[in-house]
Amino acid sequence: MTPLESDLMTSPEAISPPDAGESSRPAPERDDLLSLAIRHGLSEQEFDAILEILGRLPSLPEVGVFSAMWSEHCGYKNSRPLLRTLPTTGDLVVEGPGENAGVIDAGDGWGVAFKIESHNHPSAVEPYQGAATGVGGILRDVFTMGARPIAVLNSLRFGSLDSARSRFLLDGVVRGIGDYGNCVGIPTVGGETVFDPAYEQNPLVNAMCIGVVRLDSLARGRADGVGNPVMAVGARTGRDGIHGATFASAELDESSHESRPQVQVGDPFTEKLLLEASLELIERDLLVGIQDMGAAGLTSSAAEMASRSGSGIDIDVGLVPVREPDMTPYEILLSESQERMLLVTRPERVADVREVLERWDLQAATIGSVTDDGIFRVRENGQVVAEIPVAPLVDGCPTYTREAVESPEIIRLRELDLTEVSGLNADSEAEESLLSLLRSPTIGSRRWIYEQYDTSVRTNTVVGPGSDAAVLRLEDTGRGIAASVDGNGRYVWLEPRRGAAIAVAEAARNVACAGARPVAVTNCLNFGNPLGAAVYYQLSEAVAGLGEACEALGTPVTGGNVSLYNETPSGPIYPTPVVGMIGLLSSLDRVVPSAFRETGDVVLLVGDTAEELGGSEYLAVRHGLVAGAPPEIDLAQARRLVDFLVRAAEEGLLRSAHDCSDGGLAVALAECSIGSAGSTSGPLGLDAQFHSGVGAAAALFGESQNRAVLSCTAAEEARLCELASEFDLPIHTLGAVAAPHGRFRLAADSVKIDLEVGVIQEAFESALPARMEKEAGLTA
Amino acid sequence: MRFGIVRFPGSNCDFDCERAVRDGIGQEPVVLWHKEESLLGADVVLLPGGFSYGDHLRAGAIARFSPIMKAVRAFAAEGGPVLGICNGFQILCEAHLLPGALIRNRGLRFRCHPVHVRVESTATPFTGEYDAGQILRLPIAHGEGQYVADENTLDELERDGRVIFRYVNPAGETTEEANPNGSARSIAGVCNAERNVVGLMPHPERAISAMIGSEDGLGVFRSAVAALTSLQGATA
Repeated sequence: MTPLESDLMTSPEAISPPDAGESSRPAPERDDLLSLAIRHGLSEQEFDAILEILGRLPSLPEVGVFSAMWSEHCGYKNSRPLLRTLPTTGDLVVEGPGENAGVIDAGDGWGVAFKIESHNHPSAVEPYQGAATGVGGILRDVFTMGARPIAVLNSLRFGSLDSARSRFLLDGVVRGIGDYGNCVGIPTVGGETVFDPAYEQNPLVNAMCIGVVRLDSLARGRADGVGNPVMAVGARTGRDGIHGATFASAELDESSHESRPQVQVGDPFTEKLLLEASLELIERDLLVGIQDMGAAGLTSSAAEMASRSGSGIDIDVGLVPVREPDMTPYEILLSESQERMLLVTRPERVADVREVLERWDLQAATIGSVTDDGIFRVRENGQVVAEIPVAPLVDGCPTYTREAVESPEIIRLRELDLTEVSGLNADSEAEESLLSLLRSPTIGSRRWIYEQYDTSVRTNTVVGPGSDAAVLRLEDTGRGIAASVDGNGRYVWLEPRRGAAIAVAEAARNVACAGARPVAVTNCLNFGNPLGAAVYYQLSEAVAGLGEACEALGTPVTGGNVSLYNETPSGPIYPTPVVGMIGLLSSLDRVVPSAFRETGDVVLLVGDTAEELGGSEYLAVRHGLVAGAPPEIDLAQARRLVDFLVRAAEEGLLRSAHDCSDGGLAVALAECSIGSAGSTSGPLGLDAQFHSGVGAAAALFGESQNRAVLSCTAAEEARLCELASEFDLPIHTLGAVAAPHGRFRLAADSVKIDLEVGVIQEAFESALPARMEKEAGLTA
Repeated sequence: MRFGIVRFPGSNCDFDCERAVRDGIGQEPVVLWHKEESLLGADVVLLPGGFSYGDHLRAGAIARFSPIMKAVRAFAAEGGPVLGICNGFQILCEAHLLPGALIRNRGLRFRCHPVHVRVESTATPFTGEYDAGQILRLPIAHGEGQYVADENTLDELERDGRVIFRYVNPAGETTEEANPNGSARSIAGVCNAERNVVGLMPHPERAISAMIGSEDGLGVFRSAVAALTSLQGATA
C-alpha cells in the first residue's frame, strides 16, 4: 500500500461508486475526499471539476486515476496553452504531437519515429534506475509505433563535479543509461552533458530515441472496435513506481529520498523480448492498437487509447498478472512497473498473439474489452470500482495560464556591465583561458561517458559521439539520419526567449554541419515550479522562442515532454528547454566530419563575430560570472547558414565543418584539431589569424551565434567563399591546418595562443577522468 | 554457403551477423532459434553477441543449457566451424567448448571503442584469409571481456598456437594501454585444440565497411568461406 493510499485507508475506505453494490460502509465526506485529493496534488478547483464530471463523489481509485491523469506529467495543465502555440505541421510530418512518438517521412516509404522524454525526478533519487528506466520508456514509445529503435541520445545536467553527490549522480546515470541500452542492443550515439551548480540537487536526465519504420506499417495507440479484447503483456504489475507521474509533478525536498519506492526498476532483458515480440505482432498485422504502460501505467494507456478512438474501455484489474498478492485496484491502476504493454487485438487473433508472445517467453492476459460508451470502466473481479468518462479524463484537465513576471535579479544580471571582465591582453592569459575551458567538464571530452555506451551495435553508426551531430544510415537507402540534442540553460536563464531560440538554431546548425538538412524537432521542457511567476515567465517566454525559431528554420515540433517542478529548497534549476533535432542526408557519401582532415587545408570562419561575452562559458570558468545578455540570434540568418552548410556539403566543398558555440572560436578550433587524432597520424596543428574587429576575449572566447568553423582544400576555397556570399553570409579565411603533433597557433589581432597540440589534447581529454577516476568519492 | 546464426533471447548482434554474411560477403544467413535442436543445414555456426538470457547468473551461463547448444556441440565435435563473438565467446567458454573464462573488465566498466588486434594464427577456419601478424581495427563493446585461465592453460594455448587474436597498439605491440579489459597475456581470442571452434571479444561483424569505421572484420567471414570451399574441394 502506498503512503497516499494508506492515508486514504485511515479515512472512510472503499468509496463505492453508485452501482458498486455493497453500500454498508459509511459514505465518505466530501471534505475528507478533498483533503485526500489535495494530497494527491489536485487543487480544490480540480476536485470540483471531478465532481461535476462524475456527478457524484469519486471512489478511492478514481481519485488516484484523476490525480495521475491530471498531473502535469500526463495532463500538461500548466503548459498546454503554451504548447499549442508551437508549429507542429509540415510537409514531412506524418505524426505530430499526441501519439506515442512523432514520425516524419524520410522518403522511399521509410518513416523516422523519434521522441525525447525526461526522467529527472527518479534520477535525482535513484540515478541508476532512474536513468535506466528513462531509456526503457523512450524505447517503448518508439517501438509501439512499429518502429525499430536504432539509436538513443541523451541530454544530461549535473551540479559541479567538485561535489561528491554530483559525481555519484553522474556515475549512476551513466551506468544506468549504458546498462539498459547496451543490453537491449540500441546504440547510444550522441548527446550533451552540462555541469553547473544550478543542477546540484536536481539533475536532468532527458533521453531521446530514434526508430525507423515502414510508413505502411505504422502502429498506433488506439482502442477501436467494440468487443475487441484488451491484453496486458510483459512484466507483471508490482508495487513499484506507484504514482510516479504525480511524484514527477512535485518539487523535490529533503524527504524525496523516501520516495524511492516510487522509482521504477528496469529490466532491459524483458524490454528486449517485448521489443522483438511487439515488432513481430505489428509486422504480422495482429494488432488494432498498442501502447506502453508508462507514466500513470495501466490508467493512462487504457484511457488514452480509448480517447484516440473515441471509444470506451472496460477492464478488470483482477485479471492483471501481479507480482504480489493483495494488490488493490488503486495500486494496479497506478503502478508504473516497467516493461509492460497494453494491446488491443481482435477476438480471432488472440491465439496468434499468444503464440508470438509465448515464443518470446512473455506472458499475456486478456484483461478487458473495447466498448462504445466512452467510459473508462474498471472492475475488480467483476465489481465496478471506477467509472469515468474518457474524454474529460484525458483531455478535460483544467489548464492554467499563470502570472508571468521576470525576476528583477535576473534583469539586473543581464544588464550588468561586462567591460571590466572583457579585457584580455597577455598571450599567457589567452593560453591559460583556452586550457582551463578545455579542462572544464562542460567543454572537455565526453569520452569517459560515451565509452561506457555501446555506440556501434546494429552497424548503422556512421558518426558517433564526439561530433556535432550523430549520423546513422537509413537502412540500405544510401541516405542518412542526423541527430543532435542541445540546450543552454544559462542563456535561457538570462533571457528565456533568446536562449530557447538559440537552442533550436544550434541544434539545426549541428545537424547541418554534418551535411544534413534539419527537418523536425522533439523537445523536452525542463523548468521549475510554474506557480511561481518568475518560472512561468521563463516557461512562456522560452516556448515563444522555441516556436519562433522552429518556424524560421522550418522544423516543426512533433512531440516531446514537459518536466516542471524541477526545484529544491535551494531554488529552481536553470530553465532548460532541450531540443532534439532530426536531419536527413541525401547521401552518406556526403557526410561532413567535424574535425580537421589534412595538413594544408584552408580553415575558414563563416558568420559574424560581435563583442558578446554574456552568458559565456568563458565568463563562468574564468571569472565565476553568470551575467550579461546571451548572444543575439538572427533567425533568418540562422536559416541561411543552415542552407549554406547543406549546399556546401552537397557540392562536396567541405573537408570539415564544426559549430562554433560554447567556448567560442578558440575552443571550436581546438576541438577540430583534437578530434582529428583518431583518423590521422595524430592531432593536427593549426596556423590561424583572426582579424575580428572586437576585443581579444570576445574574438577568442565569445559565443556569437550563427557561426561555424570550416576547412576545405585550397582548390575549393574560392567556390566556398562565393557560395557564402550567395547566402549573404560573411566568411573569413583564418589560415591553414598544420602538421600532426604540431603547434596550435591562433592569433586574435595582437593576442596569440601558441601551444603544442598535444597539450590542448591532454587538457581536453583529462576533463572528466581527472574528476571521476577518484572513485572513493562516489558517495550518496 | 549457409551461415547459421543462433538467436538466444537477448542476443542483439544477430542482426549485425546476418548483415555481415549477406551484405558483407554475399552468403546466406539463416537464423537458428534457441529452442530448436536443428542447425537447418548450416555450414558454419555463429554465436552472436548480446546479453543472452539477460546475462543472468553470469554471461553465457544459461545459454549453454539451451536446446540449440546440443546441436552446436555435436556440430563442433564433428569438426564444423563455430565462431563465438563477444557474448558468443562467453557462451563457448561456459559450455567448455573453449578454455578459460571471461570476467568483468579491469576497471569494472563497460567499454566500447575501436581496438587493434594482431592475428596470431591463420590456422583456423576464421583467420585463413589474413596474414599472420596482420593488425586489424575492430570495435569492442563489453563489460565482461577480461580473459582469464590458469597459468598451465595459458602456457598450453601459447605453445599450441591457440591464441588467435591479441590486443595490441596500432604499431602492433602488446602494451598495458592497448589491453582494454586486463585480459591475461592480452588475449582477445582463442581456439579449441581441434582449431575449429574460435571465440573472440571484438566484433568483426561491426567492421564490414569503411563507412562505419573499418572493414577489417570481413576477413573473418571470408576465411570461413575459403576454408569450407577448400574442404569441399578436398573431399570432392
